[in-house]
Amino acid sequence: MAAGADTNRAIDAVWRIESARLIAGLARIVRDVGAAEELAQDALVAALEQWPRSGVPDNPGAWLMGTAKHRAIDLLRRRTVLERKHAELGRALESRLEIDEPDLDAAVDGDGVGDDLLRLIFTTCHPALSTEARVALTLRLLGGLTTEEIARAFLVPVSTVAQRIVRAKRTLAEARVPFEVPRGGELAVRLSAVLEVVYLIFNEGYSATAGDDWMRPALCEDAVRLGRILAELVPAEPEVHGLAALMEIQASRSAARIDPSGAPVLLLEQDRGRWDQLLVRRGLAALERAQDLGGALGPYALQAAIAACHARARTAVETDWQRIAALYDALAQIAPSPVVELNRAVALAMAFGPATGLELVDTLRSEPSLEHYHLLPSVRGDLLARLGRLGEARAEFERAAELTRNVRERELLLARAAACAAGPQP
Amino acid sequence: MRFMMIMIPGHRDEADWTPSAEAVAAMSKFNDALTKAGALLALDGLHPSSKGARVSFAGGRGTVTDGPFTEAKEIVGGYWLIQAKSKEEAVEWASRAPAADGDVIEVRQVYEMSDFPPEVQAAAGA
Repeated sequence: MAAGADTNRAIDAVWRIESARLIAGLARIVRDVGAAEELAQDALVAALEQWPRSGVPDNPGAWLMGTAKHRAIDLLRRRTVLERKHAELGRALESRLEIDEPDLDAAVDGDGVGDDLLRLIFTTCHPALSTEARVALTLRLLGGLTTEEIARAFLVPVSTVAQRIVRAKRTLAEARVPFEVPRGGELAVRLSAVLEVVYLIFNEGYSATAGDDWMRPALCEDAVRLGRILAELVPAEPEVHGLAALMEIQASRSAARIDPSGAPVLLLEQDRGRWDQLLVRRGLAALERAQDLGGALGPYALQAAIAACHARARTAVETDWQRIAALYDALAQIAPSPVVELNRAVALAMAFGPATGLELVDTLRSEPSLEHYHLLPSVRGDLLARLGRLGEARAEFERAAELTRNVRERELLLARAAACAAGPQP
Repeated sequence: MRFMMIMIPGHRDEADWTPSAEAVAAMSKFNDALTKAGALLALDGLHPSSKGARVSFAGGRGTVTDGPFTEAKEIVGGYWLIQAKSKEEAVEWASRAPAADGDVIEVRQVYEMSDFPPEVQAAAGA
């Protein structure tokens, strides 16, 4: 067994594979994710002390769980003793934990790892927590990211993330959030919140630009992985597969989205030879699962179906725009938003001509939420240009250039404005 | 990051060799664990080498030899493609495979476009 740094990296790898399940299993025992993480990390410390000498055990997960469980049982016993003492002194109980010895074994062994992981993710995405807290806690406890890695990924100070996590754990403890999978009517809403957190993480990674810390685009991989894990934990829920499909397909384009000089490349101009067909296949398979479960009209499934249309077209010219337009029609009814309408307009224009698209875009001009959204004038400019209304198009491109914060994009938009000023193209 | 885990079985590649029920179950369980961890990207098993062929290059030409490759020291049996954050993580997964004595699983990182310098990326493009 190689000593020193090699062993530490090996232990690191074991931790990344095992930590989420370890914390989940412990959280069920001690009913507190904060305490669970501490117990898990105590076990890791023990591993770091012993494994360099004894070697990484054959079943490292079991070793860590066994070590942590002993401490967990001690913790529970101390709590029970403490409770009796408090009762004797006539003071209010700190915890509702009342476990007798025989019940302790049952509580410790539980009903399966999968359920514990599911309980954990519903807890880290609990509505009592702010969105940033949910993201940080999920990445930390399920993603196995360190505080520093999360900070680098989201471009915030390490102390900010650390505080978010501490406060999140405290909120969960004080609100006595039960460690459980929500039931009945609550499940759909809570699952929706989980999917939202995962997609948020994905988008943060997807929005990373060339030159960013590599932890940022790595967020896409973390999110896709969480999506796959969820697909295994909740296989009967179509939107889980819908989200997994959407992320796999979007991730398939990563290599094509930035050209060798670091500039962003629009979807229709991307080199499709760089689209990762392995991920496309996985995405299409996940989409099929969602559809087979009757979930074709779920918002994530619809977005995935749109992405799938692009994925299936070997060249931009072969894109089935009519199908995309129909899918956006459905999305506009099921999960309407001004941005969806704008995308629908683009699809309509591609399928039925710029005039059709412009008709819809014009209805969005007074939409307050799009007032500072650079893509609105950018799309309008494009449609006007295609209709030969170059003077108006130029004004829109200039407006869009003002609104965008992305330097490269501003250059592109100003170039388009200049092209309009130069007059009709041959 | 992506890694390929290449299974190089210890047993000689006999056309009529079949794995035991226990071996199949154990491998299923392992593949399941990879899937549940969100790490599995793809996997495939290969038909025995007796059904395969080798093209050997010398003097600018390829010479075809049909299997089985009785002189070959190592015959590839199959592979997994997994997502992992480090080689150590991929190695840890490989260590958990239900391999038999004599089996070897080689772990190799898969090239991604971003691994290549800009000129190569440009050349690989349209």
